Amino acid sequence: MNRAKVNQGNNLADYHDVWVIAEQNEGKIHPVTIELVGEGRKLADSLAKKLAVVVPGADAEDEARKLLHYNVDKVYYIKHPLLKDFSTEGYALSISELILEKQPEVVLLGATSIGRDIAPRIAGKVGTGLTADCTKLEVDGEDHKLLQTRPAFGGNLMATIVCPKNRPQMSTVRPGVMEKAAYHQEIHGKLEIFIPSLKEEEIRTVLIEKVKSDKKKVNLIDAKVIVSGGRGLKAPEGFALVRALAEKVNGEVGSSRACVDAGWIEHLHQVGQTGTTVRPDLYIACGISGAIQHLAGMSEAKYIVAINKDPNAPIFKVCDYGIVGDINEVIPAMIEAIDKNGSFEI
Amino acid sequence: MKIIVCVKQVPDTNEVRINQETGTLIRDGVPSIINPDDKNAIEGALALKDIHGGHVTVLSMGPPQAKEALKEALAMGADEAVLLSDRAFAGSDTWATSTILAAAIEAIGGYDIIFCGRQAIDGDTAQVGPETAEFLNIPQVTYAKHIKAVGDRVQITRYTEYGDYVIEAKMPLLLTAIKELNEPRFPSVRGIFKAYSTDDVKVWTLDDLKIDMTQIGLKGSPTNVFRSFVPVKEKNSLIIEGQNGKEKAAALINKLTDLKLV
Ligand SMILES: Cc1cc2nc3c(=O)[nH]c(=O)nc-3n(C[C@H](O)[C@H](O)[C@H](O)COP(=O)(O)OP(=O)(O)OC[C@H]3O[C@@H](n4cnc5c(N)ncnc54)[C@H](O)[C@@H]3O)c2cc1C
Ligand SMILES: Nc1ncnc2c1ncn2[C@@H]1O[C@H](COP(=O)(O)O)[C@@H](O)[C@H]1O
Repeated sequence: MNRAKVNQGNNLADYHDVWVIAEQNEGKIHPVTIELVGEGRKLADSLAKKLAVVVPGADAEDEARKLLHYNVDKVYYIKHPLLKDFSTEGYALSISELILEKQPEVVLLGATSIGRDIAPRIAGKVGTGLTADCTKLEVDGEDHKLLQTRPAFGGNLMATIVCPKNRPQMSTVRPGVMEKAAYHQEIHGKLEIFIPSLKEEEIRTVLIEKVKSDKKKVNLIDAKVIVSGGRGLKAPEGFALVRALAEKVNGEVGSSRACVDAGWIEHLHQVGQTGTTVRPDLYIACGISGAIQHLAGMSEAKYIVAINKDPNAPIFKVCDYGIVGDINEVIPAMIEAIDKNGSFEI
Repeated sequence: MKIIVCVKQVPDTNEVRINQETGTLIRDGVPSIINPDDKNAIEGALALKDIHGGHVTVLSMGPPQAKEALKEALAMGADEAVLLSDRAFAGSDTWATSTILAAAIEAIGGYDIIFCGRQAIDGDTAQVGPETAEFLNIPQVTYAKHIKAVGDRVQITRYTEYGDYVIEAKMPLLLTAIKELNEPRFPSVRGIFKAYSTDDVKVWTLDDLKIDMTQIGLKGSPTNVFRSFVPVKEKNSLIIEGQNGKEKAAALINKLTDLKLV
């Protein structure tokens, strides 16, 4: 079998630039791309290297060009009719081809279900290490290697991973963790079109259908306020209370996994290690015990409020304000107090 | 239909505790389980076998005690189990692990479907499945939540953040299972009896595989752990006092209003 290998004694000085692989769906750029551009800029500056964004697609040139407004030095638009819809092999092959040609030093992808699908195949094709689902990236002051920090064991432990002998240094980065790059009117970078040598028979999967979910989109990642419910709600009807509070404070509804597993609410609402990572200004946890896997997804919230009837619940260790009490009493009282205090504008 | 399922034995992360001083895992007394997604992978394989007939091999790389996980899989209904265990495999990252699993899968040969879990709860990387597929040069569909085989093709419904994708591919291919795929069956009494009364788990070492030694183990792994530490949260939690829920709620809302959060 002819496959790429690592540890082939490559000269590390031959690799340049920090790359972000953009994620787009039907021409729309995923928010994690802008987060990665923000983070990529910092890394590029501390390495004194350039920042490039790679956009694979068929009809995405306009969207690709827009990325130049985020203080990006270069946009590579990988253009091919076969890249119209996502396919693991089409995307992985053409991105790998560009990486092998241009030799970037750092490559970042969003740790989405798409990014985590193609990143290992890209690493496998170019012959380098890959660090999954990072929550922090830094450049080592001494030898400029990329320090990639990520949670392990359900967030019980943090590990900093390095890739010392192979390039590029590749990571997928958890959505919602890095700060978004700012939009600038002026641009200084250029767009370059790259035509990959992709052939139809190289894509061995066929996309039959995209099932559009007609459900209202739950946008936990961008929410400024999230009201989350846990098993303490006791029944699916408990979410009516959580929803009422969320509406009062212009927030989204979140959930612990226990409620999702019980079928009280959809997975889209789940916050945590196997759900969404959020960083709102305010996170109100109602009847949530605060298991490590839940904390892994919300401990970066600016303010955390916990309501729980068990004074020893671990959530009280990470909250800013806690109320020991019954949600059935406390939530209605909160709604009442807000009504009394007047409007609840953010 | 010949199916191989990659199964990892992991510590139950609900029970994991960390030595705060050394930043290492306390493994003593922590139960080992089959990685949750891998149970869905096993069930996915057994369900296909129930419909189409065939043979299910479970494959694991790990220390000798990982035999326990394979026995549990046999008890669930798998036909054959192989444990890859050798000192040379120790310290493998996802690259090296996938290299070893791919070599073992080639040695088993003649497969139609390789199943993995989406992600293991200890490392949480979700990389071993796709890297193994890459090394085997076969297509993959990850995040599988529904699977149907028709002739020599498989139709898979795959989760994405944009809605589900329905994807079709010819066998052989690799699939990674998520929780939504199915409800793993419990081992039958007969299965338990058979799996635990015999020692049916084959153990393979480095000598049984055709493998490039520069690509495996601690030395062959492109990534290394630079340091590990326990996350610390410095929070000054304030528990709001009051006569009753109403008073506490009012005090909380006043605080949040002051902070312009509400
Ligand atoms: C691999 C893995 C991944 C996981 N990923 C996630 C994840 O992404 N997100 C996640 O949330 N979990 C995750 N979990 C599950 C996690 O370990 C916990 O089981 C889960 O978070 C518990 O949910 P809970 O806090 O709602 O329920 P419980 O732990 O049962 O807590 C309910 C709380 O409600 C309180 N309560 C009860 N009644 C009332 C009342 N009337 N008023 C006020 N308080 C009340 C109780 O005191 C208790 O503290 C994962 C687990 C594993 C093993
Ligand atoms: N040591 C191993 N032995 C067998 N299968 C493994 C091993 N490590 C990972 N896998 C498989 O790869 C999947 C993803 O693991 P990971 O990339 O570690 O999150 C798991 O769910 C298993 O199916």
